[in-house]
Amino acid sequence: MTVLAIKGLNVSFSTGDGDLRALRDVSLEVPARGIVGVVGESGCGKSTLINAVLGLLADNGRVDGGSILFEGRDLTRLAPAEMRALRGPGIATVFQDPMGALNPVLSIGRQMRDIQYRSPLGRSEKDARSAEFLRRVRIPDAEAALARHPHEFSGGMKQRVAIAMALMMEPSLLIADEPTTALDATLEVATIDLLKELQEQIGCSVLFISHHLGVVAELCDDVVVMYAGEVVERGSARQVFNTPRHPYSALLLECDPARRPERARRLPTIPGSVPDPRRRPEGCVFAGRCPRRVDACRAPQGERAMEPGHMARCHLAEAG
Amino acid sequence: MLIYAVKRLGLAVVIVSLAMLLLFSMIYLIPGDPAAVALGPRATEAMREALRVKMGLDQPVWVQFWNFFRGAWTGDLGREVLSDRPVARVVMEQLPHTLALIAGGITWSVALGIPLGCWAAVNRGGWSDRIVGVLSVAVIAVPSFVVAIYALLVFAVTLRWLPAIGAGPPGDPGAQLLHLILPSLAVGLGWVGYIARMVRASMLEVLEEQHIRTARAFGLPERRIIFRYALAIAVPPTVTLLGVGIGQMLSSAVFAEIVFARPGVGKLVYDSILTRNYPLVTGAVMVTTVLFVLINLAADLVVGALDPRVRGRL
Repeated sequence: MTVLAIKGLNVSFSTGDGDLRALRDVSLEVPARGIVGVVGESGCGKSTLINAVLGLLADNGRVDGGSILFEGRDLTRLAPAEMRALRGPGIATVFQDPMGALNPVLSIGRQMRDIQYRSPLGRSEKDARSAEFLRRVRIPDAEAALARHPHEFSGGMKQRVAIAMALMMEPSLLIADEPTTALDATLEVATIDLLKELQEQIGCSVLFISHHLGVVAELCDDVVVMYAGEVVERGSARQVFNTPRHPYSALLLECDPARRPERARRLPTIPGSVPDPRRRPEGCVFAGRCPRRVDACRAPQGERAMEPGHMARCHLAEAG
Repeated sequence: MLIYAVKRLGLAVVIVSLAMLLLFSMIYLIPGDPAAVALGPRATEAMREALRVKMGLDQPVWVQFWNFFRGAWTGDLGREVLSDRPVARVVMEQLPHTLALIAGGITWSVALGIPLGCWAAVNRGGWSDRIVGVLSVAVIAVPSFVVAIYALLVFAVTLRWLPAIGAGPPGDPGAQLLHLILPSLAVGLGWVGYIARMVRASMLEVLEEQHIRTARAFGLPERRIIFRYALAIAVPPTVTLLGVGIGQMLSSAVFAEIVFARPGVGKLVYDSILTRNYPLVTGAVMVTTVLFVLINLAADLVVGALDPRVRGRL
């Protein structure tokens, strides 16, 4: 059973000097109770993907092709009111920046009560439920915490409050947009453990966006590697991390300091930068930076399956 | 919140004391003998000397300042020259009219400015945004006495919808309210523009913030996001601006009180300058200064109540 199935999604933004194609032919699936990680450099389209799923693309953005099936309904065809009804109870989100993700002038309790506005519960019952979820993310003295404002919490605590808010919705799908990027390393591990534990209790699926490969390897069942608005490789965590087939995935893994066998004076990097999305190459998007580039890379690349569940957008992938 | 309020109050006391020092220095440094001005050219030297002793002008400057300072804090602003009545009582008799005028001006500016600013921000780039933008600049640019004169001509003289002059008979709140509408519009109209611009700018900024995206991601209704989540952040800077702007409103009040022949502190100052009634001028300016500081104190407390982040710092 698949909770979220994205098929051939294209997203463009109209800008002053022409259309900008932010996502091209993006496909991925999130199975029920599964955790799918999306990795890639900054600017590869991870945030656009989330906004497209949530129906919160900026005013100049539009979906021009493909479908986003959530529990069988195509989100790209929903009316704004229907989409809004799904946000929260259907799809809940934890955003990257815990400092700015909560309203600074309203108390935590007020914000947690407000997001339960669809519930028939009374005010005090809603507050009791908020306190219960704060306890579940281990906020000390949860009842008193409801009366406090975001600036009275530390960054790690704010992120746990944000997680409590998302899980309180008991969503089918939780989108976690780099939830640990703004936290320091020890907090990151604790937050990931907490997220995993609560996901098992609530039984939701998770779409986990990150550029931290270690966290993705630890947490996720499946991994999607994105580059310049395209999915370049997709497979189980074991397939992608142990036998990466796309040259970009392979290089990305080589650059992860945690996976380097020996200490080096300089961390390796991938030379060059992501192509300008307004002047995207005809063929492979990674060809400009790829060390294994050949003439065949100039032709458009389709998804090639190697073994069940593992695909890469590279003509060299099948050869291994 | 209590600590914040006490700190703000302490600061207000310091500001009023400094204002007193400034006011006293100005009076002291102005050339000319107050006794000679008060008594006129035909008074004898003995009469002038007697008045100087009575006004305490024969004492050293620091004693004079101390007497002025102590008197002002205890509500004794001296006696006015013409009728020898206590200045404090004369000013206090006029103060309610000015307070009503300022309150009316604030009501106009807030009641029109905040919704217009919100409306413009939500429809950014649309025709409503443009209309509000042009109207805002227009009402900011027109001086309040021009508004006062035209409001008087159109609504009171030509259309006869509203009374033209005075503050209405005492003890008739309904009539007094009708008398207040046009003068307070003259005082507040410019501020409708300022507040609409300010609210629009802050709203646009706030609507781009991350927590608005969070609220949307939880499916909160757009109306609630704008009126509760965004406006609560966009309004406090406007309250601060309004607090500072009271100074300008007080000077607009002088014109409005003269054009509409209303009683009030502004008209009192105007009349007492014409009659060279300096103790009354000083007293009225002192009361106005205290009023300004108190209104700013109130604005700070309102901002503190609206924005919990402000309470932590002074």
